[in-house]
Amino acid sequence: MLRLRDLPGDAHFRRGARDMLAFGPGLAAWGLVTGVAMTQSGLGVGLSLLMTFTVYAGSAQLACLPLIASGAPMWVIWASAFCVNLRFVLFGAQWRPHIGHLPRGRRVVLGYLLADLNLLVFQREWKGEGHQTGQARWAAGGAVAVWIVWQSTSVAGILLASLVPLEWGLGFAGTLSMLGIAYSMLTDRTAWVAAIVSGAAAVAAFALPLKLNILVAIAAAVAATLVMTQAGKAMQSMRARSSR
Amino acid sequence: MSATLPGWAWTALVILGLGAVTLVSRNVFLWSRRELRLPEPLQRALQMAPLAAIVAITAPEIFLAHGHVIETWRDARLLAAVAATAAYAWRPGVLIPLLAGLAVYLPLRLAWGW
Repeated sequence: MLRLRDLPGDAHFRRGARDMLAFGPGLAAWGLVTGVAMTQSGLGVGLSLLMTFTVYAGSAQLACLPLIASGAPMWVIWASAFCVNLRFVLFGAQWRPHIGHLPRGRRVVLGYLLADLNLLVFQREWKGEGHQTGQARWAAGGAVAVWIVWQSTSVAGILLASLVPLEWGLGFAGTLSMLGIAYSMLTDRTAWVAAIVSGAAAVAAFALPLKLNILVAIAAAVAATLVMTQAGKAMQSMRARSSR
Repeated sequence: MSATLPGWAWTALVILGLGAVTLVSRNVFLWSRRELRLPEPLQRALQMAPLAAIVAITAPEIFLAHGHVIETWRDARLLAAVAATAAYAWRPGVLIPLLAGLAVYLPLRLAWGW
């Protein structure tokens, strides 16, 4: 088994790091914004540092900031973060053929470090199905590179933002970033339906206690998209039958 | 700094829990030796939940003030969101819309107090 201290010299590890560093500027800007948004939401420097080094999931961090600031119950915050992170559950399934052979300790640490961008670049760089030699080392190199860029810029953002008075309301930068993230996820009609249902439900149910409007909105959106896909399938089979 | 928060220790606990959420969600399919399979409707639901969660949290932040729908267009957050949306239509991504939104938001808020 490969020793961890041999990793930095490994060709696949280095290539993974290099491939991910090509996205360094975008990643750096994003880390900076998340750092600023955390401090400016009122978390303060200490808790923002704790958040960046433990949570390490930009969208979930941004999403939780308004919930933390409004004092929502712990389980609502965790459930909301889990919903934002559900894409990682599916990503994990996609990583599995490529890093599933690692011993569990390494698998879990690597799994924790692999974010959206890692998978995106992985799928571009490693074409073809199934496991190929060097994929786990490539993933590890990329994971370390992304971690270093993200954490250093996030910490920079946290420290810089602590110099800006909270009255400026720069915490709104987090909301504006989430707007961009949401738009980039509007890839098909089902996504549009999910977004519209969720947004309308979250606003309409805002008066619910404990910030439950968030969970109600997610449930409504998921239910709506499931009904829509089932209805779409039924329509298709009806059309197929009538054309026969 | 943390005057708006209900306590440092509570928030620290929330954050540690969020760290666990990241660890667990990224490892659901990696933890077990055996291969897990999800039924297709469940997979579809999982695909839509992140977008739904992000919109559910963002929409009230933009359209509501103190729990009520904003009734005036003279609102820094609303106009910043409009600017960010227009910027996204021009250059998709996160950064350009964010900068466009802030370019509208900060002057309105700091100079005009909207």
